[in-house]
Amino acid sequence: MKRLRKLLLTLGIFILGGLLCACSSSKTQSTWSEDKADNTITWGVKADTRLFGLMDVKTGQIKGFDIDVAKAVTKKILGSKGKAKFVQVTSKTRIPLLKNGNIDAIIATMTITPDREKIVDFSKVYFAAGQSLLVKKGSSIKNVKDLNKTGTTVLAVKGSTSAVNIKKSAPKAKILELEDYAQAFTALKSGQGQALTTDNGILFGIASENPGYQVVGGTFTNEPYGIAVNQGQTELKNKINKALAEMRKDGTYQKLLQKWFGNVAGFNLKEASQQ
Amino acid sequence: MNSFAEAYTWINFRFLLEGLWVTIEVSVVSIILSSIVGLFLGIVRYIRYPVVSGVVGVIIDLIRNLPLLLLIFFTYFGLPKIGIRMEPLTAAIAAMTVFESAMIAEIVRSGILAVDTGQMEGARANGLTYWQGLWYIVLPQALRKMIPPLVSQFISLIKDTSLATIIVLPELMYRAQIIYGQNTRYMIPMFVALAVLYFVVCYALSLVASRLEKRVG
Amino acid sequence: MISVFQQHGQELLTGLGNTILCSVIALFFSLIIGSTFAIFEVLPSKLLRVIGRIYIEVFRNIPLLVIGMFFYVVVPQYVLPMDGFTAGTIGLTLYTSSFIAETVRAGIQAVDSGQMEGARANGLSFMQAMWHIVLPQAFKYVIPPLGNQFINLVKNSSVLAFVAGFDLMYQGDMIASATFDTFNTYIAVGVLYLIITLPLSYYMRYLEKKLA
Repeated sequence: MKRLRKLLLTLGIFILGGLLCACSSSKTQSTWSEDKADNTITWGVKADTRLFGLMDVKTGQIKGFDIDVAKAVTKKILGSKGKAKFVQVTSKTRIPLLKNGNIDAIIATMTITPDREKIVDFSKVYFAAGQSLLVKKGSSIKNVKDLNKTGTTVLAVKGSTSAVNIKKSAPKAKILELEDYAQAFTALKSGQGQALTTDNGILFGIASENPGYQVVGGTFTNEPYGIAVNQGQTELKNKINKALAEMRKDGTYQKLLQKWFGNVAGFNLKEASQQ
Repeated sequence: MNSFAEAYTWINFRFLLEGLWVTIEVSVVSIILSSIVGLFLGIVRYIRYPVVSGVVGVIIDLIRNLPLLLLIFFTYFGLPKIGIRMEPLTAAIAAMTVFESAMIAEIVRSGILAVDTGQMEGARANGLTYWQGLWYIVLPQALRKMIPPLVSQFISLIKDTSLATIIVLPELMYRAQIIYGQNTRYMIPMFVALAVLYFVVCYALSLVASRLEKRVG
Repeated sequence: MISVFQQHGQELLTGLGNTILCSVIALFFSLIIGSTFAIFEVLPSKLLRVIGRIYIEVFRNIPLLVIGMFFYVVVPQYVLPMDGFTAGTIGLTLYTSSFIAETVRAGIQAVDSGQMEGARANGLSFMQAMWHIVLPQAFKYVIPPLGNQFINLVKNSSVLAFVAGFDLMYQGDMIASATFDTFNTYIAVGVLYLIITLPLSYYMRYLEKKLA
C-alpha cells in the first residue's frame, strides 16, 4: 500500500505541475514555410455575414465573397493543388486567433486601421467598404447625425471599428456590442436598438433578406478591407499582395465582385473595387 | 404558425441534429474525463496528505469559484499566449474537464465525509489497511450518496456546453443561432427546438439516474 | 494583470457592480419563486404538485443561455421591450428558482413529519403550520445549499455577456478585444469573480460544519 500512496503522490505532483507551469514556449516561425509544407492556408472567415461569409445550412459550407477571394488567393499562391482551410471567426475572436496562431490569415470584413496595424500586418485593400446604418423602414433615423441624441441606442459588433466610429460621430448615443452580426440583427429586430451600424456591404446583405429594413445615410467613413497576417509574416503578406494584384489583372477579382454584389440594389461596385 | 412549418425542414433539422451530436460528444468526453480526475482529486483532498492535499484543495477552490464561461474564454483565447493552442472542440472539452473535475472532486470529498467514520474504524479493526478500507468499504457507500449531486452536475455540464458558442464551437445553440440569424422569422421555432432538444437529453439522463439510484439504494 | 486594473479599473468596477446587482436581484426573486414552488410540491393538492414539478423540471433542464437569449431576442419582439441586463436577470431568476425550489423542498422534507402533524393537531391550519413551524426549521437545513446556489448564481451571471448586460464578463470581453491582451484581462476578471465567490464559499463550508 505504500507503493500506492507513492503512486498517488507522484500523480498528484504531476497534475499540479501540469496545471501550474503550463509550458511557456512561444516561438515565431514563418507561417509561409508551414503553409508551403502542408500545402494548406488556414483562413479565418466570418460565418454569419451574408455576401462575405455565410454558413449554408444545407451543406455546412461557408460561402461568400471573402471565401471566394481566399480560395482564389490560395490557388494563386500554392498552385492548383493548394488547399484553403476555413475557421469561423467573429470580429471579436479574429485577432486573438491570428496572434495565437490558430489561423494563418484573416479575410473577414476587416478594416485596415492604424491601431490594428500596430499588431497585425495588412495586405493591400481588397474591398473598399464604408460604414453605414441599417434601420427599420419608416424609421426617423436618416443618417448618422440623427443618432446623436440621448436615448438612441445603436447596435454594433464586439471588436469592430463601427462602435469606435459611432462614439466619435454620435457621442450621445448609447452603444450595445453583440457577439456577431446575426446576434446584432436579431437584437435590432427585437427593438434593443434603433439602428445597426457596420459596413455597407454587410448591411446590404442583411437588408436583401429582410425586406422590412433598409440601409440609410450613405457611407460616413472609409473602411478599406485588408487581409491580415501576423506581424512579421512578410513573406506570406507579399505572396498575398502579388496574388491580389494578379487577380485584378486577369479579371478574377472583377468576376467575384460581380458574382456577389452585381445584383445588390443600391450597391456601388466601382466604389468597392477602389484600391 | 406558418413559420414553424417553414423552419422545421429536414435540412434545418439535420443541421441542428449535427449540432446536438457535437453537444453530446463534448458532454460525454468531459463527463468521463472529469469523473476520473475528479474522483482522484477528491480522494487526494480527503486523505489529507501533507502539502499535496492542501495545494490541491486551494486549486480546486479557485477553479470551482470561477465562471465556466471565463475558463472557456481563457482556454481558447488566453492560453495560446503561453504556447498552448487548441481547436474549439478541444478547448471546450479541456475547459469543461478542468471545471467539472473541481466540482466533482468537491462532491467526492463531501460524499466520503458523509460516510460514518465508524465504517473505517470497523474496517481497520477487521484487519484491512487504510487503503483497503477506503476502497472496499467507504467509497462504495460514499458513491451511493454521491449519485444525486453527480447527476445534477452532469446535467449542468450538458447545459453548459451551450456556452461554447462563444468560441464558435458548432454545437446545438450555435447552429440554432446560425439558422435564426439568417431568417429571423425562425426565431421562435428555433427556441422551441432548442428547449425541447436540451430538455429531452437532460431529462432522460435524470430519469436514468433516478432508476440507477433506486437500484443501488 | 496589475496594468489591466490600472488602465481599465473603472470599466471593471462598473462590471463588478452590475454583476453583484443582478446576482442580488436574481437571488431575491428566485428565493420567492423557488420557495413558492417548493411549497407547491409538498401541498396535498395534486394539481399544484404537478405544476410545481413541471416548472422545476423545465427550468432545470434547459440551458440558462437559451432562457436568457429568449428574453433578450424573442420576448421584446412579441411581448414587451427589455434591455440586456433585465433580460439576463430574468433568465437568471427563472433558472435559479428551479434549483432553489429543489433545495427548499428537500429542506422541508427533512423536517420531521411529526412536526407538521403536531402543529395540525394543535389547531393550526396547513399554511400556518408550514409558515410558523416547518419553514423555520427547514431554513436551517437549507442555508448551506442556498449559499452554494448563490455562488452558482454569481458565476452564472456571466451569461449577461451574451446579451450586452454590461456585467463583469462583458466588460472584460470589451477590454480584451480592445487591447488584445486576452491572457491578463481574463485573469484580472477571474480575480474579481473570486473576490465575490471565494469568501462566500469558505463561509458556507464553515456554516455547513457548524450546523452539522
